[in-house]
Amino acid sequence: MEDVTLHIKDRQGTIHKVEAPTDMAMNLMEVCKAYGLPVEGACGGMAMCASCQCYVLSDTDLPDINDDEEAMLSEAFYVKENSRLGCQIPITEDLNGLTVELAPEY
Amino acid sequence: MIKTDILIIGAGPTGLFTVFEAGLLKLKCHLIDALPQPGGQCSELYPKKPIYDIPGFPEILAGDLTKNLLEQGKQFEPGFTLGERAETIEKQEDGSFIVTTNEGTQHQAPIVAIAGGLGSFEPRKPLIDDVSKFEDKGVEYFIKDPEKYRNKKVVIAGGGDSALDWSIFLANVASEVTLVHRRNEFRGALDSLEKVRELTQAGKINLITPAEVTNIFGTNKVEAISLTKEDEKLVIETDHFIPLFGLSPKLGPIGDWGLEIEKNAIKVDNTLGYQTNIPGIFAIGDVNTYLGKLKLILCGFHEATLMCQSAYKIINPGKKYVLKYTTVSGINGFDGTRKEAPKAVVQAIN
Repeated sequence: MEDVTLHIKDRQGTIHKVEAPTDMAMNLMEVCKAYGLPVEGACGGMAMCASCQCYVLSDTDLPDINDDEEAMLSEAFYVKENSRLGCQIPITEDLNGLTVELAPEY
Repeated sequence: MIKTDILIIGAGPTGLFTVFEAGLLKLKCHLIDALPQPGGQCSELYPKKPIYDIPGFPEILAGDLTKNLLEQGKQFEPGFTLGERAETIEKQEDGSFIVTTNEGTQHQAPIVAIAGGLGSFEPRKPLIDDVSKFEDKGVEYFIKDPEKYRNKKVVIAGGGDSALDWSIFLANVASEVTLVHRRNEFRGALDSLEKVRELTQAGKINLITPAEVTNIFGTNKVEAISLTKEDEKLVIETDHFIPLFGLSPKLGPIGDWGLEIEKNAIKVDNTLGYQTNIPGIFAIGDVNTYLGKLKLILCGFHEATLMCQSAYKIINPGKKYVLKYTTVSGINGFDGTRKEAPKAVVQAIN
């Protein structure tokens, strides 16, 4: 299995190019944490805190928003049309080239 | 003043299991938690979610784990200060600590074990200028006493269960209830949604979606709010504005106790029973960090067990301790109960 390359824009505007494995059952929030990016992931990936909210900047094909993510995004702050929760995006080969921006901390 | 041997801050799974392990060492525990019920994240965030990595339980609901832990510790008669947040800590001359909550309740113990998980759960505040200026002057994040709203005008914001449930309840208490949500869709129990629909049709709830409260007006207290509905701006006169956007955990005042903090977690020495940089204060479970730390409930249980051994040595200096197995020695509860393995019967059959 090949790693995928992701581009993550931090809150200062710096873009970090990171390689993420597709065979480790990781999600985007976990990848950010693994690379030391300032993503808290307080709830551990249960779509319950929105601390991994990000804005999707590329036109990458992403899995649909499930009910849990939808519920959290409807309560979270700084939500935009292209908001997603990183913890609900599993790292798959389809993600290669994905560019996201971290939403402001709350 | 509440006095105990180990004062536990945080009544999540790690804090609750500490009661049991301390009890085996004849140490008494008292727990403080900002939430009104014990269980921490397990009961607040995901009571109905299954956990698969609790040893001996192929699958257990987080709510049931809480219930079992309470049952397991019951005979050691833990005390609870619930719905209050540990605010300050003061070291006494005798080496003990006094911890005071935001409500002023004081607790004294020679050992403090911080089992605070992600921190205390605080309401998510809306991003409105001056919102803090109106707190307790018409802006409330919790509804403690519904009678306060009798014959008053109330605006509730939020799209989850608590916004729905309180709108329904206050529809018959307040003189006017307005429910504002950013989306047209609400996330809640089906019957609550149905009830809100009925009350809206009956004119008992003024439902405004998709809309967001943007400003609060008033001289000494809330007098009105303004909201944006699509491109329209509306001003609604109201006595209370109640944003119900759920809770989010914050390390909070513990962060100012002089403890060494690293990435929002308390640094501990894992060779000394998870003691912090202040002797007598320990940190266990998700709230601590050390080389190789894993934030797992099962690791919290292990940390609680080792912490109790260190606490025992501090409370009983010089006293020898021999590890006992519960299967061999049973359990003597502080409530006078005794549990032990049934003795085999030795008897001739003929």
